[in-house]
Amino acid sequence: MKRLVLLLSFALPWWIAGCGKNISKVPSLAPRAYGSQIVEQSGGKQAAGVGARLADPVVVQVNGADGNGLAGALVTFRGSGLTANPAQVLTDESGQASTVVQLGAIPLSYELIAETPKSAGGIASITLREIALSYQEKVGKEISEKYCIMCHDPESTTERVSNFDNLSPPAPHLFSDGNALNSLSDADLTKIIAEGGPALGRSPQTPAYRNTLTSTEIKAVIAYMRAIADPPYSPQTTKQRGDD
Amino acid sequence: MSLQTKVKSILSFFAGTPARRFASVSVLLAVVSAIAPTRDLFSEWRHYQREYRQLIAQRSDAARLEKRLQGGIQQIWIPEQRVVDRCTTCHLALQENSLADERVQPFRPHPPMPHALNEFGCVICHHGQGAATTVKEAHYSTKAWEQPILPARYLEASCGQCHMEQLEGTPQLNAGRRLLARYGCAHCHAITQPDGSLIMPVDEPPSLEHVAEKTSREWLYAWIKNPQAYAVSATMPNFRFNDQEAADIANFLISQSTPSENSKIALAGNLHMPSPEQAAVDGPGLYGQLFCASCHAVQGAKGNLMGGDLAPELTRVGSKVKADWLLRWLRVPQGYDPKTRMPRYRYDDKQVALLSAFLLGKKDDEFLANVHLEASDAQSVERGKKLTADYGCAACHRINGIAPPDGFAPDLSRIGSKPLFQVGFLRGMPETLPDYISGKIRDPRAFGPALKMPRFTLADNQVEALTTALLAQTDSAVTMPPELVRSAPRAKYHPGGDAGRLMEDLRCQSCHGINGNGGDMAPDLTREGSAVQRAWLLEFMRNPDTLRPALIRRMPKFNLSEEEIRNLSDYMVTAYQAPGYDAKALDVHSLNGEAAARGKELFYSKYACQSCHIADYKRDKGYVGPALADVGDRLTPVWIFKWLKDPKALTPGTVMPSANLSDEEARDLTAFLITLRTKRKGNGQ
Repeated sequence: MKRLVLLLSFALPWWIAGCGKNISKVPSLAPRAYGSQIVEQSGGKQAAGVGARLADPVVVQVNGADGNGLAGALVTFRGSGLTANPAQVLTDESGQASTVVQLGAIPLSYELIAETPKSAGGIASITLREIALSYQEKVGKEISEKYCIMCHDPESTTERVSNFDNLSPPAPHLFSDGNALNSLSDADLTKIIAEGGPALGRSPQTPAYRNTLTSTEIKAVIAYMRAIADPPYSPQTTKQRGDD
Repeated sequence: MSLQTKVKSILSFFAGTPARRFASVSVLLAVVSAIAPTRDLFSEWRHYQREYRQLIAQRSDAARLEKRLQGGIQQIWIPEQRVVDRCTTCHLALQENSLADERVQPFRPHPPMPHALNEFGCVICHHGQGAATTVKEAHYSTKAWEQPILPARYLEASCGQCHMEQLEGTPQLNAGRRLLARYGCAHCHAITQPDGSLIMPVDEPPSLEHVAEKTSREWLYAWIKNPQAYAVSATMPNFRFNDQEAADIANFLISQSTPSENSKIALAGNLHMPSPEQAAVDGPGLYGQLFCASCHAVQGAKGNLMGGDLAPELTRVGSKVKADWLLRWLRVPQGYDPKTRMPRYRYDDKQVALLSAFLLGKKDDEFLANVHLEASDAQSVERGKKLTADYGCAACHRINGIAPPDGFAPDLSRIGSKPLFQVGFLRGMPETLPDYISGKIRDPRAFGPALKMPRFTLADNQVEALTTALLAQTDSAVTMPPELVRSAPRAKYHPGGDAGRLMEDLRCQSCHGINGNGGDMAPDLTREGSAVQRAWLLEFMRNPDTLRPALIRRMPKFNLSEEEIRNLSDYMVTAYQAPGYDAKALDVHSLNGEAAARGKELFYSKYACQSCHIADYKRDKGYVGPALADVGDRLTPVWIFKWLKDPKALTPGTVMPSANLSDEEARDLTAFLITLRTKRKGNGQ
């Protein structure tokens, strides 16, 4: 019995110390100011492979009652399935808070919620979408970057000058343009890509890719368009419209 | 009643008579033998299978899903790939696409994948313990099983176990392998890929055999201390030498330097160097005209780099090189470093003088302002030599008196299967292999101050890409059935003869690929001989003019002699023919005016070619493909015809779509295109 007590008296402090290790340290950030509104600055709607860290940070801004950026407000980033690092930030002088997001392992559109306590009590929040691409969607992204976006994306980079403005109307749709593309069925999109715009009575400026891309590659491009569609795509939308 | 009598009475109840004893033992036996089945009944996988049944019962296609569901332990067994995967015991919906809206594991269908589930199983790609049937044992490290599930962001590593070639779906793996070759990892580490091929470095670290001719002791010192302080884009890593060590190495490098071939070039006394002011005015024009920026970058006012990354950054080159060296280098780079990728331009004296003066003006006076070194002595040189040998400098650079070390750093051929008990993790870091590898790349010396591996300047996504490429180097990759392993094409084509020597001199393959060997910055020349007309080629060599107005990187002007131009053009026209190319494929007489008119209609209306090409600078704006305003002078009619019929057959991987033209349409378009012979508008526009 004595031995047991002796043993326990040695073991107990270690045990308790061990428990302490598992208590996660909640960052104890105290807000110095309370805003009334939170808005996105940049970093929403990024698409990257499953589990990837997004290339650009997510930046939000907290505004005060005067509509200007507010320094020292507490912003909490959270979302199910993804991680934001840091999860809590105080806004800088311009009222901005930034975090780096790592996507979850399941290919879907994740929601990242950024919230800040309001001066009048309650919470102001904004929900951003971040998109994790599956293997097939990643293939589609690669293919669209090689064959499609020089016309379908008006933005130029130093390595790629966009051809968007050189085309005659109608202007090409961005691949994320859900309003225009969600209503087209997979079969119709396949037809346009494979046989060119005229196959569906559209512009001949979209050439036929049937002999350039395989059917697997065309499927991948469509999967990518669906994944980045904004507003989001759900297969039901096309079916319903197709029934009309 | 005392405790003793109580025990006695209980004993006599169970074992009082032989019959009672028999009964007790029987009951005990029944209980014991029921333990295992009971435990099995409450096992995790049965729990998930019950949950799954409940889940599908609520769905509209319940009957169909029910029918496809097989209860009990499931197993994918592929002996030749050593696959025994029971993951499908719990992951029941992997092939049920109708459950795509299900967000919670283990009941999500697998997203579309390049391989069939029953041909490869799960563990080859995802790692983990395939034979396990509990969540913990299958997914995490246990004492008996080290290999946990591979985090999704490194998943492309698994593709790399069989695929050495570049896959469209594995950008991160491709990038990682390029970095392994580009950042010189393979100079020190041997990395044998699963198909037996070594990863070969593609960077060409400069020779230091004649370095005293090129630069000063002070510059060497400052560079060794911090390469990125001189050039932000420098790929040379920081070895974190202290002041004394850096000075010793600089002293040694100067002392081992011998005169190069170039030192024999007498610098003409009549070479008129323009004044710095004059060079600052006239230099930028020449620098642009010669397209130095195709390969060399310069930092802009905002710190952004402008120019290519094939050659060293020139932002502060005036603080580095000596004037005499530069004058000789611009004439004959190979005379200083025979392995350099810089072409031997045929600059005239005036160009050399102006370009040198302009580059020497790119100076940062602050860079060496605080460097004051003590005079070099024999002991310092000796210490420097030892440091140079110890830190494996000769693995990358050629240095007199120090042979390139063999196997200087650990072999990384099996790093993706390194046993965790061999790994010394840092305190507080997650104890997994991907975390170890990325941590080691990010900051090697954190794992021990005595380690020699230097710190590279890498962005987070580059570290992740490198980690992915290294995680592909697994044991299981080596035991894969050989028919599954896809090798990358490896060609060592070099042109032969006089023209070959000339092309070597001009370093054509630094930018152009030919027969699978060479750079990818400029068009592939493998079939150039079938494509272009000799007259056009001659003119192009005299005055290279970009075909694609949108490109920043362009073919520089080499100032070739007429004889050189003729030799080179004749060689290309003869040697670089397309396979199965047949000049009789097209009846040239059918390319008449009527056909051209029909072709023009096809070009502008039916196929809207002007969306991507310019046929007429006045009306077209297409920017994607090459301008066609002089295509009738440039390409052969047969090439145009065959190209229109099937561009992919002539240039694999081309962006040009194939419209599946009929012979008549292709002929009409060809007839139209060869009429486009307008002289180019303006010069070099």
